[in-house]
Amino acid sequence: MPLAQHIGAPASACVEVGDKVGRGQVIGAAKGFVSVPIHAPTSGEIVAVEARPHPSGNPLPAVVLRADGEDRWVDGLEPLDPATLDPDDIIEQIRLSGIVGMGGATFPAHVKLSPPPEKKINTLILNGVECEPYLTADHRLMLEETDRILEGIAVLQRVFPGINAAIGIEANKPDAIAHLQARCVGGDVDVVPLEVKYPQGAEKQLIKAITGREVPSGGLPMDIGVVVQNVGTVAAIADAVVRGLPLIERVCTVTGPAINESKNLRIRIGMPLSHLVDACGGLKEDPAKIIMGGPMMGTTQIALDVPTTRGTSGLLLLREQDVVLQAEGPCIRCARCVQACPAYLLPTTIAAYTRLDRFEEAEQYRALDCIECGCCSYSCPSAIPLVQTIRFAKSTILARKRSG
Amino acid sequence: MLAAILSLGSIGLTAAVALGFAAKKFAVEVDPRELAILEVLPSANCGACGYPGCAGYAKALVAGKVNPNQCPPGGAEVAEKIANILGVEVIFTEPEVAVVMCQGDNQKARNKFRYLGLIDCIAAQKLAGGPKVCPSGCLGLGTCVRACLFGAIEITAEGLAVINREKCTGCGQCVPVCPRQVIHMAPLSSAVHVLCNSHDKGAYVRKYCQVGCIGCQICKKTVPEAYQVESFLAKVVYEHSEEAVAAVAKCPTHCIRDFTEGYPDGSTFAASIVPVKSDAA
Repeated sequence: MPLAQHIGAPASACVEVGDKVGRGQVIGAAKGFVSVPIHAPTSGEIVAVEARPHPSGNPLPAVVLRADGEDRWVDGLEPLDPATLDPDDIIEQIRLSGIVGMGGATFPAHVKLSPPPEKKINTLILNGVECEPYLTADHRLMLEETDRILEGIAVLQRVFPGINAAIGIEANKPDAIAHLQARCVGGDVDVVPLEVKYPQGAEKQLIKAITGREVPSGGLPMDIGVVVQNVGTVAAIADAVVRGLPLIERVCTVTGPAINESKNLRIRIGMPLSHLVDACGGLKEDPAKIIMGGPMMGTTQIALDVPTTRGTSGLLLLREQDVVLQAEGPCIRCARCVQACPAYLLPTTIAAYTRLDRFEEAEQYRALDCIECGCCSYSCPSAIPLVQTIRFAKSTILARKRSG
Repeated sequence: MLAAILSLGSIGLTAAVALGFAAKKFAVEVDPRELAILEVLPSANCGACGYPGCAGYAKALVAGKVNPNQCPPGGAEVAEKIANILGVEVIFTEPEVAVVMCQGDNQKARNKFRYLGLIDCIAAQKLAGGPKVCPSGCLGLGTCVRACLFGAIEITAEGLAVINREKCTGCGQCVPVCPRQVIHMAPLSSAVHVLCNSHDKGAYVRKYCQVGCIGCQICKKTVPEAYQVESFLAKVVYEHSEEAVAAVAKCPTHCIRDFTEGYPDGSTFAASIVPVKSDAA
């Protein structure tokens, strides 16, 4: 169980080697506001607290749990009644349950739900868009676990009384649209069918598609009165508040041409990727590329021995012939990246300034507004690593701002 | 025609008078010694002296704030000239050169993945800690090459930075830009170096590099005063650099190298070089 599973400060281990823990017990304590606790996915014994391989590619602090097979719940997890709770208590319960954005970005949910008082939230958008190609986890969740999602919406309506709720679903999932429309008849939740395009799962793009409102540069959705949550996050909120269960499970799509059987699995968070592969009938051939998440924004993995995290929305295994291995060529100024950019940036210009170490200019061209969706790299006929270059610019600009 | 000559001529005359007046009235007194020093300095503006460019250093010298030995590119020759101009005694310091403490190129050190990204070591290091299995070896993507103002660093065809000891002025600009801190400054006079930067245990090093230091202590046993072994990595004690030669042949992984014989892997410096800076985008 890696201790860094969300955006923000990683949790710090609060168990020691030899401790026996129950399923759902806190094993990593949150440090700071933008942080959440980490829970044991099953019962067992702690065998190590040390740096272990992490999806980021570097070994990071982790708690290693050996399952005892009993899968015994820890005592003291009580369901709550959202109807009698204060909004603040609900948000606290969401924080204690370790809920983060389940689309893959893993931003702690309680932070999004705690806007400063001067910002009035009037719209809740549920993201059922499915962030990336290949992934179908949210689609199955909407079809099979509609009750959890609707319970979660009810909890959030308690947090923000009188809020307008809408679920955005792309038109390539007509069954999910029909199913949810049937379930929401007469209710106060709109089901909004959307055109199929990428990157609509990014919250700023989704808000524009549903409400027509645009989040200002450098701003947050709360600046225009909107909160966006993934359908998976909302289902997890229902579990946390209505059933008192912490976030230890998620739905993960295992797919790609190199796997024998593509499946959507309900996984315990922390399972190694190799177990997911085994559950899907093993590999057809040695994968050329292992991607955790989707093909556009997912992180490429070095081996299958890394654990899943709260943000593991998918595992994609590609063969040699599916991967473009092209050496970088010169920019031919075709501007396909400019056309592709959903944030209306000039990716090639930002990348050119970055290569010259001219980060002030890169910032003037709004490098920090890049959402790292990968469209520019995907569209580039010269295989220029645009996203990596812009990410490099972003991290350098932010590091310079911090150091003053 | 005449009007044009008259009007332009009068504008020219007025401007000439004004400029002449300003040149006398607002002239800045420059110490002639400062100009003389600027003449002898290498004009590389590398910043190795700690001042903003050669002019800043010249100013500091004239103000007596600094000893004339602070210009590594200029070396002893320039220091002596400056001392003559200023009429002071120069304290000579041992000239230094930068050394890449690694021989693990793409043939000798294992990679953990194929890297097809931005040709820059700092960017590569941010992706899963860089493509090399070794956590501290040279990535060979040329960030140091771009930092070097004297063209002293090149990347071999197998992806290893090598420093030309004749061209290197010891300014140290390449040292802080390396994300793996693989470049160290060492006295020019000592030609023997342990070319490894990994503090991993020998068993790990053997798994990922054929030419890494495994901390076996053989060098230290051969010439005790010339080697130090700290956390599984041997280092030459540069005061005893001459004695250190005795252990070169004893090193089981051949990571101790004597630069008087040439560059690592026996190649000459002019070995095939890949272009480092791509002009794409």
